[in-house]
Amino acid sequence: MGVTEAILLTVITAATPLLIAALGELVVEKAGVLNLGIEGMMAVGAACGFAAATLSGSSLVGVGAAVLAGLALSAVFALLVLGLATNQVASGLALTIMGLGLSGLIGAGFVGTNRDAIPPVYIPGLTDLPGVGRLLFGESPFVYVSLALALGILWFLGRSRAGLTLRSIGENHVSGHALGLPVLRVRLYAILFGGACAGLAGAYLSLVYTPFWSPGMTAGRGWIALALVVFASWKPLRVLFGAYLFGGATVLQLHLQAASIGFPSQALSAFPYVATILALVVMSVGERKATGAPGSLGAPFVPDR
Amino acid sequence: MTREEAGGSPAGDAPLVALRGIVKRFGDLTANDHVDLDVRPGEIHALLGENGAGKSTLVKILFGLLQPNEGEIIWQGRRVTLDNPEDAADLGIGMVFQHFSLFENLTVAENIAVALPRGESLRDLDKRIAEVGARYGLALDPGRPVWTLSAGERQRIEIVRALLREPRLLILDEPTSVLTPQEADTLFVTLDRLAAGGCGLLYITHRLEEVKRLCQRATVMRAGKVVAACDPRVESVSRLASLMVGSEVVEVRPAPAHAAGPVRFELRDLSLAPTEAHGIPLAGVSLAVRGGEIVGIAGVAGNGQSELFAAMSGEVEAETQEAVRIDGQPVGRMGIDRRRRRNAAFVPEERNGHAAAPRFTLSENIVLSLHATSGVARRGLVNGAMARQLAAAVIKAFDVRKGGADPMAGTLSGGNLQKFVVGREILREPGVLVVNQPTWGVDAGAAATIRQALIDLAARGAAVVVISQDLDEIFAIADRIAVIHDGRLSAAHPAREIGREQIGLLMAGSGEGHAHAA
Repeated sequence: MGVTEAILLTVITAATPLLIAALGELVVEKAGVLNLGIEGMMAVGAACGFAAATLSGSSLVGVGAAVLAGLALSAVFALLVLGLATNQVASGLALTIMGLGLSGLIGAGFVGTNRDAIPPVYIPGLTDLPGVGRLLFGESPFVYVSLALALGILWFLGRSRAGLTLRSIGENHVSGHALGLPVLRVRLYAILFGGACAGLAGAYLSLVYTPFWSPGMTAGRGWIALALVVFASWKPLRVLFGAYLFGGATVLQLHLQAASIGFPSQALSAFPYVATILALVVMSVGERKATGAPGSLGAPFVPDR
Repeated sequence: MTREEAGGSPAGDAPLVALRGIVKRFGDLTANDHVDLDVRPGEIHALLGENGAGKSTLVKILFGLLQPNEGEIIWQGRRVTLDNPEDAADLGIGMVFQHFSLFENLTVAENIAVALPRGESLRDLDKRIAEVGARYGLALDPGRPVWTLSAGERQRIEIVRALLREPRLLILDEPTSVLTPQEADTLFVTLDRLAAGGCGLLYITHRLEEVKRLCQRATVMRAGKVVAACDPRVESVSRLASLMVGSEVVEVRPAPAHAAGPVRFELRDLSLAPTEAHGIPLAGVSLAVRGGEIVGIAGVAGNGQSELFAAMSGEVEAETQEAVRIDGQPVGRMGIDRRRRRNAAFVPEERNGHAAAPRFTLSENIVLSLHATSGVARRGLVNGAMARQLAAAVIKAFDVRKGGADPMAGTLSGGNLQKFVVGREILREPGVLVVNQPTWGVDAGAAATIRQALIDLAARGAAVVVISQDLDEIFAIADRIAVIHDGRLSAAHPAREIGREQIGLLMAGSGEGHAHAA
């Protein structure tokens, strides 16, 4: 395996959890809801996934548990912001705090436990191809799922009738309601989808990336996923680009630290965050202001009766 | 099944829809009080009433957006309940909203597709839009995003969207309020064609000339009740007006011929980029207003009125000091307070949230705009007693009706709050007053009070600028009239020399030279 291939593999590894979580949030925000609880849902997903996988001995059960955990936590959020029309920012922050605490509780008995990571795909012949085999045909299954998600969401939002309904509701929920679109139901589905994605991203962290559980292992990735959505102007392919850019910067930063160039390691650790945000800001400069931002983002909706 | 029955009968007496004893309460307010109404196939039925009479509430009930507390809806002889707009649309009820139900960042085709019934194919949607457009004279480009379109074009989207569902009943809520007179004429032709095709139309408006011209029957509402049903073709406009208002309409005293004083307020080649997404840039706006005159600025909504007001008031500063002058002093780079201290006053369009803070008391709202000029706030401290005194003075001078000693602004009715925010500025005796939509959505009595106060202020030597979408208002009070279109302001013509038709052409963006050729 060549050096380039090895580096690219680590880039993809670092990018995948961000991509999955950010794509979920993109759908939520396109429906007009701001869920700041990704970090919490990811953490609970990671803890539940690891606990379930360890107890059952099955990685698949672990992934399923992580998705369900993210889903359940987002259902709490949906109950608050849709059912009770609470402030979305406050509810999302509460969700993150609650999720981080809850994940520590769930994972408490599993600190220090090790298990084998979910193995990457192996297709005889193809994966063994020199140069590109591992890169194209030997990734973790999560990588293929995340790419399929990106393309699927691109198609769903841009081409499908349901995607149009979702975008319309995010754009102007008063108009949507006046036309008879089911505003709250669509938002519920979107929030649940976002929760499931965050849970899945958490599972990737604890079952593939670092196959163990430690408290706080999400390390701010949920927040970066949130920022990615905004700086990518709510466009799925730009989220993909942003996630890979972040992955690349993370790997570069690790190599710089290893080369010990006499730069404080704390500053280097901040590098991927700064670089990704800068790159996406530069991309969105020059576009018309507020393009892409769903018009009703963050506003609670209460129909007249 | 029901459709075939109706299709077989000629446009006769059997009502398409009948509302019986509809009651709708919001807390203490009874918006609809035992309202009866029926619409027959092939007729254009006017629903007349002032703002706040309960018309919009009634049609929201008919379109499934609100549920009545009492009463029933009978559709083609059958009692129905309409839980949501989808139910209404399935029966064949279409609606064209007053404040459009459109999505700015989506294209025309997407805006139409999203309202079609689930499961309907979207494949040849562009073709169907073109077909309906050709049949009714409603041309649309399916690929354009909505934010690039004029109000008239936006309304066409609403109408095409409703027509694609082949409605039996089409409700239009104040459809001409955002149109130029010429666009309104085009709309009337469309509506006549629809009625000729057997569709029933419920036409909501407070513009009486339109009703006389277009409608075969009229139902008049006042304060939530039906007060009359008549044939508008045989009634006089003044009789319809008095039915609507409940008394003879108060006319404002026409302005005496002012001896025009020196120029007190001036814009010189003012250009300004918009500060908001989808805003309108101002391009080379020039205007000189003399003491003692009222200049009216007409225009279709969304042609730069808000931007022009913001530039005049200093909410958005001009690029050069010279672009705006008050009493000869350049103030273009000054903010709103420094302009106020030069004896100018400003009343923005939106009374709840812009001119007044709805959750603040009236006396606190006095402080919000008078802090710079009246001494009600000194050295960082608010003089509460003085604020209450000033509020009481405004309330007395402008007959503001309110509950409680110093209530929150949001508890006042639209007309009373508008009298308060206009009165607050006029009581200062400003030398320059700029007011945006002074009587939008207020009752006739309050509108007359406000218009009279503006005329009297000008008669005392102030320069007054009134930005309004209401041409009747502009003709009633303005000495000169300018028209804003797409961020450009026409020359100001003496009101006695310019006709509605010429103003209409200017509102549509036709050059002044073409006015007579058209």
